[in-house]
Amino acid sequence: MVEIKNSLDNDIFTIYVIGEVDASSSIHLDESISEATSKYKKIMVNCEQLEYISSAGLGVFMSYINDLEESGINLVIYGLSDKVKHVFQILGLDQLLKITESEAEAKGIVNGV
Amino acid sequence: MPSQKNILRFITFLGIFTWLAILGSGYIFRFGQLHNASSDPYLFFSKALLIVFIVIIYFFYRNNIGSQESFNIIDLLWKVFVTGLIATVVSLLSNFLLEALKDHEHGGNPYFLDTLYQVNVGLIITFLIATFTVWKRLILYQKSKWLIRTWNVFEYGLLGSSLLFFTSLEISTGLGLVVLVILALLGIVLSVNLKWVAYLNFKQKLKSILLIILIALYILYFYTILDDYGQDHGFSLVFSAVEVITIRALYIFTLVYCVFSVLVILFNLPTSSVFEQKLVEVINFQKLSQSRNTGQSEEQVFDILLESSVSVVLANAAWLDIMDSGEKPKSTLYFKIDKKEKAQILNSVKGSKIRKVQSSVPSRNINPGRFTAGLKHEIYKSIFVIPLFNQDKQIATLALLKDVNDGFGKEMIEIIKTFVNQASISIENYRLMEEAIINERYKEELKIAKRVQDSLIPKTLCSNDDMEISAFSKAAAEVGGDYFDTYKLDKNRLAIIVGDVSGKGTSAAFHMSQMKAVFQSLVQLNLSAKEFIVKANNALSGCLDRRSFITTTYFIIDSKKKNIEFSRAGHCPTLYYSARDKKVSFLADNGLGLGILRDDQFNKFVEVNEIDYYQGDILFLYTDGIIEAKNKRNEEFGYDRLKLFLEKHAFYSAEYIKEEILKTLYDFCESSNLEDDITTLIVKVK
Repeated sequence: MVEIKNSLDNDIFTIYVIGEVDASSSIHLDESISEATSKYKKIMVNCEQLEYISSAGLGVFMSYINDLEESGINLVIYGLSDKVKHVFQILGLDQLLKITESEAEAKGIVNGV
Repeated sequence: MPSQKNILRFITFLGIFTWLAILGSGYIFRFGQLHNASSDPYLFFSKALLIVFIVIIYFFYRNNIGSQESFNIIDLLWKVFVTGLIATVVSLLSNFLLEALKDHEHGGNPYFLDTLYQVNVGLIITFLIATFTVWKRLILYQKSKWLIRTWNVFEYGLLGSSLLFFTSLEISTGLGLVVLVILALLGIVLSVNLKWVAYLNFKQKLKSILLIILIALYILYFYTILDDYGQDHGFSLVFSAVEVITIRALYIFTLVYCVFSVLVILFNLPTSSVFEQKLVEVINFQKLSQSRNTGQSEEQVFDILLESSVSVVLANAAWLDIMDSGEKPKSTLYFKIDKKEKAQILNSVKGSKIRKVQSSVPSRNINPGRFTAGLKHEIYKSIFVIPLFNQDKQIATLALLKDVNDGFGKEMIEIIKTFVNQASISIENYRLMEEAIINERYKEELKIAKRVQDSLIPKTLCSNDDMEISAFSKAAAEVGGDYFDTYKLDKNRLAIIVGDVSGKGTSAAFHMSQMKAVFQSLVQLNLSAKEFIVKANNALSGCLDRRSFITTTYFIIDSKKKNIEFSRAGHCPTLYYSARDKKVSFLADNGLGLGILRDDQFNKFVEVNEIDYYQGDILFLYTDGIIEAKNKRNEEFGYDRLKLFLEKHAFYSAEYIKEEILKTLYDFCESSNLEDDITTLIVKVK
């Protein structure tokens, strides 16, 4: 099961993804990213407490790649555990999405520094 | 075993024979008496035969009436009545004959009188025993241990008392009287068992009273006839049957039971409607609870509910609103009322005093629709409304109307509540059953899907002289998204693919079949690994849904050049065992899953690699189901364990390695039911 929380700091919207994202819970992740991308240009996805992501969960991130580019949205994923990061890397998503280690780095990228 | 019929025939024959023997021995005694010869043994013989006769008749009726499993009370009474009627008519005829021949020269013939007396004795014994047997059945209608014991004492007492017949004890004095009083008291005690009366309806009760009174009259008639037979007709009897205490006790017992029965039935007459009502309730309740078994539809359950409720509270009119899934009225069943009147009544409810009826079930305390109210209507004066719930959704509303004020008592409301609950349960069961049937159909469809998908997985693998190949694939659900295939491009070159569709189950299975089609089409074109991946991405971009992608690795093995060309599209890195280095490593390179980028941008992410192979090398392909398989401590099988496994098993054949990896994996998970689809394909260079 996944738990998703949000926070807004100035113009940066942060999504916290907590727990496990599998085929059924990926819907919640999709809803939350969909809502964020419709309102905000600067989005951070905190994955510090993301324990597992299935292919269906990766599919959610994948489906926004084109939208982000077209709408000029800055979305940065950070705080991935080694295991989860490896999953992103194998699929090649690390080449298409902005993924950083720390929150500070992520903030920098979101703000276009 | 002789049949029941044959037993009865035999007993009848025995009875007639015994009766004739009584008559015969009586004649001999009479002859002796008339000619002053000693013939006392014949008197004794005749008396003994009378007792035997009583016992025979007892067994006759025990077999005839006493052994029937189920019986109808009125039928039994009717049987006794008819027996009594025949006996009385015959007895009356014999008396008529006696009177008619009184002045005839043979009219006073003692043999003739003896014969008529014995006819009467035989008739009354038969009738008394018939009555006795039926009374026994009625008394033992609802048995208890104590009751059966008392009855047995009574029966043995009756039999034993017959022995006094052989002594000279007078019935009016001494032991005989004591025995008679004891038997009579026992009979009275037993006669209070009249539970069967409660099971008769009003009509049956009236019939019973009539029959029992007539039976009692017969008994009285016979008593008066037999008691003074000798005196009345001016001759001395061979013996007097009423002297037999058994017969006297039977008289008393049968008559007492008649009196008790008639009185009890009379007193029960006014309450019989209540019992009938209760019976209707039980039957209706049964109907409601059985309705699910007989495959009735929801409509029928509602019909039964309306009908039962009306009949049980004697409502004058009623309706039942049936809601659709959105809790809006869908249709209405009416009983002796129409739509217009219903609207009028609903209007008058608004203006009247409503009393809410609290539910005894706490979870359904909030029942907005349940109430009784008085009505200002020209016909109907009170209304009771109760909703039906299924899984906390209102599915119907029942409204009952009566033409009297405060027509719905607490008792009635409770009964209706029970009915409504039972109907809800029946409907819930019906819906569950329907769901189950639909699910069963889906299961069947999935089975077909599974069969189709199984046919998509190749049964035989293409190979060449250089290598041995072994593969295995298993879906977690009925169908899955893993795929592998092989194709012989030409004499030397072999194409191998392994793929994994994102997600699981049916949607993954659809995409998997698309992948198979794409592979089988493109592989014909004899493309390079890079071209294959690019074209596969193009083709699949138009097929896959927004959030789906497919990871794959495509290999071309050339046995002439002894090399492997491969391109990885987001799939788990292939494990490779090099026999020369004696090392296992992952073939890591960059790549992007098919369908992630659905335009030409994808092309720049495609990488192609080439390696030379040597004898003993192993190409180990797999899907992430193996890596992510978890044990009970939530640990993944992982890349390291897989690598270690191949290092240990590198010297075995491809087939053996395949068997072992499955065993190792199942051992690790302590189960062969994995959460994800798993696939492995092993190529070993010979």
